[in-house]
Amino acid sequence: MKLLNLTINGRKHTKAVSPSMTLLDFLREELNLTGTKNGCDKGACGCCSVMIDDKPMLSCLLPALEAEGAAITTIEGIAKGNALHPVQEAMIEMGAIQCGFCTPAMVINGVHMLAKNNNPDDDEVKECISATVCRCTGYNSIEKALHLAASKMRRAAHDGS
Amino acid sequence: MAEDVAFKHIEKTSLIGKRIKKPDAPAKAIGKTRYINDMVLPQMLYGKILHAGRPHAEIISIDTSEAEKLAGVHLVITAKDTPDLKLGFVKDNAPLKSKVLCERDEVAAVAAESEAIAAAAIKLIKVSYKDLPGVFSAKDGLKKDAPQIQENFPGNKSLKFKFKHGDLAEAEAGSDIILDHVFNVHYVTHCCMGTSCAIADFDHNGKLTIYSQTQYPYNYKMDLAPALGIDPGDIRVIQPTTGGSFGAKLDVYPYEPVAAILAQKTGRPVKVLFDREEEFINSPTRQPAAIHLRTGCTSDGILTFRSADVLMDNGAYTSWGPTVPVIMMRTVSGHYRVPVIDFKAQAVYSNNAYAGSFRGYGNVQMTYATAQHMDMFAEELSEKHGMDPIEFHLKNAQKSGEVTPQKSYLRECVLAECLTTAAAASDYVNKHKTYTEACTEEGRYKRGIGLASSIHNAGGAKIHKSDGCGTILKMDDYARVTVITGASEIGQGIDAVISQIVSEELGVPPEHVTLVNNDSDIGPWDVGVHASRTTFIAGNGAKRAAIKAKKQILAAASKQANVTAEELDLRGGYVVQDKDGAAVIRLDRMLRQMHFQPTPDVVMVSDYYEPNSELEGKDHISDHSAAYSHAVHIAEVVVDTYTGEVKVEKVTMAQDVGRVINRMGLEAQMEGGLAFGLGFALSEEMIFEEGRLLNPSFRDYKVPTAPEMPEIEMHFIESDCEEGPYGAKGIAELPTIVIAPAIANAVYNATGIRFLNPPMSPEKVARAIWEKKQADS
Repeated sequence: MKLLNLTINGRKHTKAVSPSMTLLDFLREELNLTGTKNGCDKGACGCCSVMIDDKPMLSCLLPALEAEGAAITTIEGIAKGNALHPVQEAMIEMGAIQCGFCTPAMVINGVHMLAKNNNPDDDEVKECISATVCRCTGYNSIEKALHLAASKMRRAAHDGS
Repeated sequence: MAEDVAFKHIEKTSLIGKRIKKPDAPAKAIGKTRYINDMVLPQMLYGKILHAGRPHAEIISIDTSEAEKLAGVHLVITAKDTPDLKLGFVKDNAPLKSKVLCERDEVAAVAAESEAIAAAAIKLIKVSYKDLPGVFSAKDGLKKDAPQIQENFPGNKSLKFKFKHGDLAEAEAGSDIILDHVFNVHYVTHCCMGTSCAIADFDHNGKLTIYSQTQYPYNYKMDLAPALGIDPGDIRVIQPTTGGSFGAKLDVYPYEPVAAILAQKTGRPVKVLFDREEEFINSPTRQPAAIHLRTGCTSDGILTFRSADVLMDNGAYTSWGPTVPVIMMRTVSGHYRVPVIDFKAQAVYSNNAYAGSFRGYGNVQMTYATAQHMDMFAEELSEKHGMDPIEFHLKNAQKSGEVTPQKSYLRECVLAECLTTAAAASDYVNKHKTYTEACTEEGRYKRGIGLASSIHNAGGAKIHKSDGCGTILKMDDYARVTVITGASEIGQGIDAVISQIVSEELGVPPEHVTLVNNDSDIGPWDVGVHASRTTFIAGNGAKRAAIKAKKQILAAASKQANVTAEELDLRGGYVVQDKDGAAVIRLDRMLRQMHFQPTPDVVMVSDYYEPNSELEGKDHISDHSAAYSHAVHIAEVVVDTYTGEVKVEKVTMAQDVGRVINRMGLEAQMEGGLAFGLGFALSEEMIFEEGRLLNPSFRDYKVPTAPEMPEIEMHFIESDCEEGPYGAKGIAELPTIVIAPAIANAVYNATGIRFLNPPMSPEKVARAIWEKKQADS
């Protein structure tokens, strides 16, 4: 066991963890942050995506100790209080959520893309979610949701400037 | 008159056809939803199953002593702890096995303090096997000297089906063109994103609570009970949120009774959760089949007969897979007007994986064949007789009121409209001609367009004596509505549809309707999410219950307003005058008045809706669904003749939906259903070698991802189904059924090559193109 210090959704944590524990298991089992999903545990479905220092990463492949000192955002940290992120709002509005198991990963990847580029084209949107498997939606509604979120964010940026 | 209703007028509006959000979407969007996979109960132990990992073997001995000694292990069980417990509707399966008949066979199970300890304990179990020669195809299973797989099924013969109509010899003699092909439809699997999971918990009175992903909670009790030796009445099924199902959970599979047996023997709750590799190996597949299809047609383009001889690999045990001929034969006899039918199907036991139900249920397999034969006829008639391809389809398309040879009564049939709508919207005829001409030209990329259609049950399928659904509806003093329905939510969106229907009738916002449908101790009977039945059956039930509640309220209000109940309506949270919408009283006040009058009354109604369909009998002649529906897909593809990659650029679909209820949910089902069919057509394939799955991971089993999805143009044809809620029909399976043959027909249009054996993977397509080149030169 080794001590791990990191920040998750703005809150500091210090915990002793085993070197074999993945970040995904750390989040789900040690911190009860079950919003991040285990879809394959092999880095092949994308469901376990979290933001590590503002970059989407697969938490199932990463030993938790590798995240020493990192700032991590999970799906639980995307909304600000009761105010959902435009990506979350758009996913609901466009019917892009059915069973919802891939939704946290789709949101994490969408939020990351739109933070860098709030005017993505179709290919950029497809690329953004291409590493996450969804078995319910056929993806088109998720793509539409990301375009809608982008337009909302552009409008907000415009209104704010 | 109360002050807040003065001068208030509320116009009649309708929610039907509008976009209604899924009520559970916000919690899912913020990661708050607790899936069964996330659940931990107090004192819970973790169960793990030792699978045989070999296809056919005698178990000589099992030594569990080392596993039992491991700290944190509570219990190890094998078949000797569970004698006489049987599973499956021909009782050919068991929770734990004393002989190995397929790779996934459950040999032993452990309950331990943690997942890690359970996994370590599994590795300490020593099993000595004597491997036996196996059967790895249906054909081999039928051989005289084939090893017998199941002791009660000599000759390895499992289920068989037959249906005949008309004089085949005469029809063949009257045919100008006869097509004769064998289509080999492959193994695919559901790949639910949430892997299989069950948590079992016995109380001290011997009653089992099982947290389950099942999509048929009520019959599930009946199927689970014999595998535990308990009474079905002593099982309570709770359905936490589940990560998809698609037919995968329409049966009881061994991990569920294993969890229950571990829980029973340890006295602790036990959770069994598959990892992804276990999910691939130990989940049901789609039923594979070799379909020998013969179809006849006159030179005028009139179909004369269809005969199908289907050979199915049953695998080692019988789940829903080998029952799919029940639907396959409806396609053979009902996909276009075919006067003479000869259908046979035989399932044969083997040491392979076994199939369950899967969205599209037999029709994905059969339409892959029938829709390609339709395309072959259209090509030949166009080439030899100059017949327009759409005209050929239209000549054979049934019209409203027609009855198929199996007595499916097509009350409202708009196949012709689906065909003309999709063809016009995609410019099918012109594009098809252009691409046909370009087919033989040089060039790396070839374009093609392909049309396919199919028919499917759209008002349930009466395979049980009742195909009904119960609904209990209550309203409280604040005009909030609780609907307790038998219908299960597995992600498909019945939650939104029921809220919408109840709001429509009671004039309250959808968000004021709470759905309770995840506890078999609370909910009334239903036969589960399958057969595209839930909106139709549970929707009708919810509507009828809401109408009963409305009648009760309006009867009470009529006394007070001194008008007849027929002159009143419920709108926008008020009782209003029907003719001008003038508000009479706020609905919550009305409910409180009913409650606190001298003879108190509260609104609590119930309904059991049974569709007017007929039981699927042994002769297979019955109107087994309360509605039937058609869909047409037109796929436009680009084939890279160098790599063999098929890119579907656009799909134009036209589907008879009866009436749009929740437009958002409808579109979601269309796209998602299409994605399943696309994966089946192009990339998904379970590869077996002597009964062992070689590709149990998402890296080696390719499900569609965002870049593979085409642009989708949807046309909803509203046929106004007399029996459906507001005219709606069931919709969710047709998109999976129709797309694959549309792609196959488009690939033919692009390359001149027919792919009878899906998937049209790059490897297979590139090889076929190379072989054709060799043959042509």
